[in-house]
Order: sequence, then structure tokens, then C-alpha cells
Amino acid sequence: MSLVVAKNLKKTYIAGDITVNAIQGVDFSIESASFVSFVGPSGSGKSTLLNMIGCLDPPTEGALQVAGSDITRLDRREAARFRGENIGFVFQDFNLIPVLTVFENVEYPLQMVQNWPAGKRRKRVQDLLGAVGMADQENKYPSQISGGQKQRVAVARALVTNAKLVLADEPTANLDRTTATRIIDLMKNMRDEFGTTFIFSTHDPKVVKNAEIIYTLEDGRLKESRSGNGGHHV
Amino acid sequence: MYNIFKLAVRNLKRYKRRTFLTSMLITLGVVAVLLFVSISGSFKAMMIGQITDSMLGHLQIHRKGYLASIDSLPLNRNLNAKQVAKVEQVLADIDAVDTYSMRIKLGAMFSNFAETTNIRLNSVLPEQELNTVPLLSERIIQGQPAGLIEKGEILIPELIAKGMKVKVGDSIVLVANNKDGSVNGQTLQVRGILEGISGPGGRDGVIHLEDAKTLLRFTGVEISEIAIRLKNMNHLPQTFADLTAKLSSIKNQQGQPVFEVHTWEKLSPFFNIAKMIDLMTFFIRIMLVAIVLVSIMNVMIMAVYERINEIGTIAAIGTLPARILGIFMVEGFLLGVLGTAIGTIISLITITIMNASKISFDFGRQTGLLLAPTISAGEVIVVVLTVIGIAVVGSLQPAYKAAKMDPIAALRHV
Repeated sequence: MSLVVAKNLKKTYIAGDITVNAIQGVDFSIESASFVSFVGPSGSGKSTLLNMIGCLDPPTEGALQVAGSDITRLDRREAARFRGENIGFVFQDFNLIPVLTVFENVEYPLQMVQNWPAGKRRKRVQDLLGAVGMADQENKYPSQISGGQKQRVAVARALVTNAKLVLADEPTANLDRTTATRIIDLMKNMRDEFGTTFIFSTHDPKVVKNAEIIYTLEDGRLKESRSGNGGHHV
Repeated sequence: MYNIFKLAVRNLKRYKRRTFLTSMLITLGVVAVLLFVSISGSFKAMMIGQITDSMLGHLQIHRKGYLASIDSLPLNRNLNAKQVAKVEQVLADIDAVDTYSMRIKLGAMFSNFAETTNIRLNSVLPEQELNTVPLLSERIIQGQPAGLIEKGEILIPELIAKGMKVKVGDSIVLVANNKDGSVNGQTLQVRGILEGISGPGGRDGVIHLEDAKTLLRFTGVEISEIAIRLKNMNHLPQTFADLTAKLSSIKNQQGQPVFEVHTWEKLSPFFNIAKMIDLMTFFIRIMLVAIVLVSIMNVMIMAVYERINEIGTIAAIGTLPARILGIFMVEGFLLGVLGTAIGTIISLITITIMNASKISFDFGRQTGLLLAPTISAGEVIVVVLTVIGIAVVGSLQPAYKAAKMDPIAALRHV
């Protein structure tokens, strides 16, 4: 069953007299436990598409189903609840909460979004920190760890709620090449371990080659869909 | 909720200097209000106590129209025996009344055999008077306070004693007109000198009721005023209402009410000063509210502005708007609690020190009044709850803005 299904998806922004067609009729479907990348130059609509899949921005037109739910008509509150239950996010700038420790950052969605009991929470966070190789850093604050470590923590935070889908908008943009590759490998390992679908955007060709399915966007249109590592054209 | 508090505390600690300055501003406001309320309150209570307990009583009953012409102390507007009996009957039925004192008020000429001046006098039954205005004896600055006065004696106001060079034990003569206009004189011995206090009657002399009757040639019962003391001053409004209702139903042959009832507030100009103090307290409180509101709003607006990206992050990962609202409101609440707690502690310590220091002050002609600031737990609770409430209200708008923030716009914020 497809986890994400988009049909004739459009997004138009109007600023005064200027109309910007950010996404112009996109169709695609993404299966569960996939490792998918959207690529394209700046302004191609990658982030807009990820924001729509992530229930952060409603489409102007078209149908969009995530985890079997039509997410085009959710109000703010419903969208927040849906995100909390189904979607994890990894950001370009890591976006960890600076006043919380590594452990507390990963714990945050369980505590403040899903209200897990303390004991269950602790075990889950420790498991995730172990999985991303950050167990020995749990009491450190974000300012005390490196960029790569921050992104590992961000991946753990995205996965901690058993999210069906993790969206990562340019997750390696602020990392050096080696660290970027490690983060992509980590996300792939997490996909293998937890069966979570990962969708990320990037314009780094060396990073994108690790994706299993690659969608290429250009001027808000889907130009190409192919499998990674020499996959076929669709 | 614990998590929200934890997050709020961490964020307050993150900007230590700002948290400290805002809390200190609130502290300053709380200290100003609590000290003003305690000092002005104790001054007010002391003055009211002096006025009611050494002069006026809590309530007074006169014959209708007496108060309007009290400056001339008219003898033809006294209560007669029948009217006094009716008042006594009514007073006996009101449980809040502790005791009362019958007085004849009169004006007379006061002579030391060399000079003459005019004097206003209260003639009283000493036991009744001391029960009704127990602090009167404390105003006797020379002479024997115990028992207040005997027949044939007079307590003279300090100013007349000085002006006429009269001492305790001296003989003086009072000359007064009776109701018919005829003049009578009586020799009395000075028993004591009375300290003058602010307000009506504060510079009156005192003689025994029987001496007044002799001087004025009253044959039966004639009373100018009945001063009443209540068991509890907090019952004043209710007792006043009860008394007014009962006495206003007693009418003369023309169908007009026979009696009039007044509280000390109506009789003493100090009530206006007391009201002014209350008004000043109110404005000081308004200033406190403004200080807290502006400082909390300012600091919370800054907090939201500085953390837009974080707000976007927590909103994106599914934090509900109500919880984001809660995070920022709790920060404002904690700032209010911190400032109030420090302010309350400083105020209570300062009040204790002021009481221990026995600071005295002068008010009008009264010197050496002891400043004894006190503040009730109720007042402290009102100030504390007001400040904390305002802190929460002050953080509401910034918190609402944070809760309503579009996650995408917030995440893009640099």
C-alpha cells in the first residue's frame, strides 16, 4: 500500500500582483519503507512539496493522501495532531531545542506531543540514542556537540514516536561530505531497522545517489522519476 | 504540566540578565505597593482609631437638624426624655452595639478670673463616656486620667490652658446661656489638660453631665447627642443601616423623622483624607499593574521574537497550539511569581524593621505619633494574586502570537 499518494497536486502563492506556481500538477506515490529523494535546483519546489506532504502547507489544488488520510482539508489543530502521530522531521539546521539536553530533545515529542509515561519514554529514547550512536552523549546540550551529532539527534527525534514517515529537507546541507554521507547512511539504516519511510530533498548529487527512488523536480513539475544507483527511468 | 514548567524555567535561565532585570522591576513595584499599603493603612487605622475611640464613637444619634446647626451648639434641638428612651430601646435591640454615651454639648464663656474666652464643652457621664471612647483618658496630658471626671471638675483643652495660663487644680468659671436666654455661672476646678486632636470636638473641654444640667438649668433629661460604640467596627455599615431604618420610622406630629444617625465618616473631615489615601493606594496599584504588564509583555515579546525558529520546530513536530501558548504563558507566570516572591519577602522584612525601629512622625499639631506599619495576609494575597494575574495576562498576547505562528514562516525565520 502506498504511504503517500499525490494526484494533480498544485501549490500557488499569491503575493500582491505576483502569482507563483510553486508546484504545477504533480502526481506520484511512495510506498511504505521507501527511501526517496526529491532533487532539483533551488526554487524547483522541493521544499514546498515536502511541506505539503508534512501537513505544514495545504495544497491549492489536487489530492494528497498520507498514511491513508486525506490531509488537504485538515485545520491547524488537526494537522498538528496528524504530524505528531505520523510524521517526523529532520531539518537542514538541525533545529534542536538549545535549552534541552540531547536526551530531552529526543524525549520532547514523546513528552509534549504524545504524552508517553516516563518509564516507557526513557527506554524508547535510550533505544533510539543507541541506534543513532549518541547514547554516550545524552546529557550534553546541543551547543556541546558537533553538526553531525546534532543531525543524528534530530534523526532520533524524528523516529522516536514510531513515525510512519520522516521528512528531511536538505538534511546534509550544513554538513561536510563525509558527515553528510554518514547521515544518509544512518537514515537508510533506520529505515531498514524501523521500516520508516524516508523522504528527503537535496541538490547534492553525491548524496542523492544513496536514494532508492529519485524524483527530479524542475519549475514545480516532476521531470523524472528513477531508481537510485543507476535505476531505471519512469 | 511539569514539562512545560521545566522548559519555561530553562528558558528563563537561558536569558539570566533579562530575567533578573524584569523580576527586579516587578519586585520594585510589589515592594512599593506593599510598603505604601502598610504605612498608609496603619496611619489611617491609627487616625480613625483616635477619632472614633477618643472623641466621636463609631456612630452618633441627634435630633433631626442638630448636625446642620452644630456650630452654634443649639440647646433647643436636644433630645427630650421620651426621645432618649426610644433611642435606648432601639439600641438595646441591636446586638452589634457595644455601649453608648449621652452627651450635652454646649458653648460657654470660660474665665480664669482675669481673662475670658469662649469654650465648647462636652458634658458626659464618665463611666458611659469611657466605655464609648476609651482613648479619651489617654488624651489627658496633665492631671488624673483615671475616672475621667467628677462633678465640679473640668478637663480643659491644651490651647485654652496655655492661652489662659490655667493649670491643673485652678478654679475657673463657666458662664452659659440657657434655652430661655438667661445667664448662669458655675465655678469648676481644673482636673486635667486635654491634648487636642484633629477633627470636630478635638479641642472641646469636658465637664460632668450633672454640672451641665445645673449650668443650663435643665430640670429633666435633655441630651444633644448619643455616641455609640460597636462591638466590631466592620459591622458599621450594617448597623448604620439597621439604626437608620428603625429610627426613621419614628416620626413627629408633622410626619417628619425625629432622629438623624451619622457614622464617624460623615462627622469627621479625616474621612476625606482616608478616602484620599485609598485613592492614592488605588493609583499606586494601577502603576504596579502597568509596570508588571509592560515589563512582562516586553520581555515575552522579545522571547517569542528570539525563538521563532524554535516555535516553528516544535509546531512542525506536532506540538499543539494550546501547548505552545502554555509554554510562553508559564514563562510569564514564573517571572511574575519570582518578582512577587522576592518583593513580598523584602516588604515583610522592611515592615518588621520599621516596626522594630519605632519610627515616629508628626501630623498636624500631633507630634511623636508612632509609625507602626502592618499589612494583613489578605492584602498581601490580593497584591500577589494581582501581580501574578497581570503577569499571565501580559504574556497572553505574545504567547497567543507564538501559538498562532505559521510553522513554515517560523522555520524560515533567520
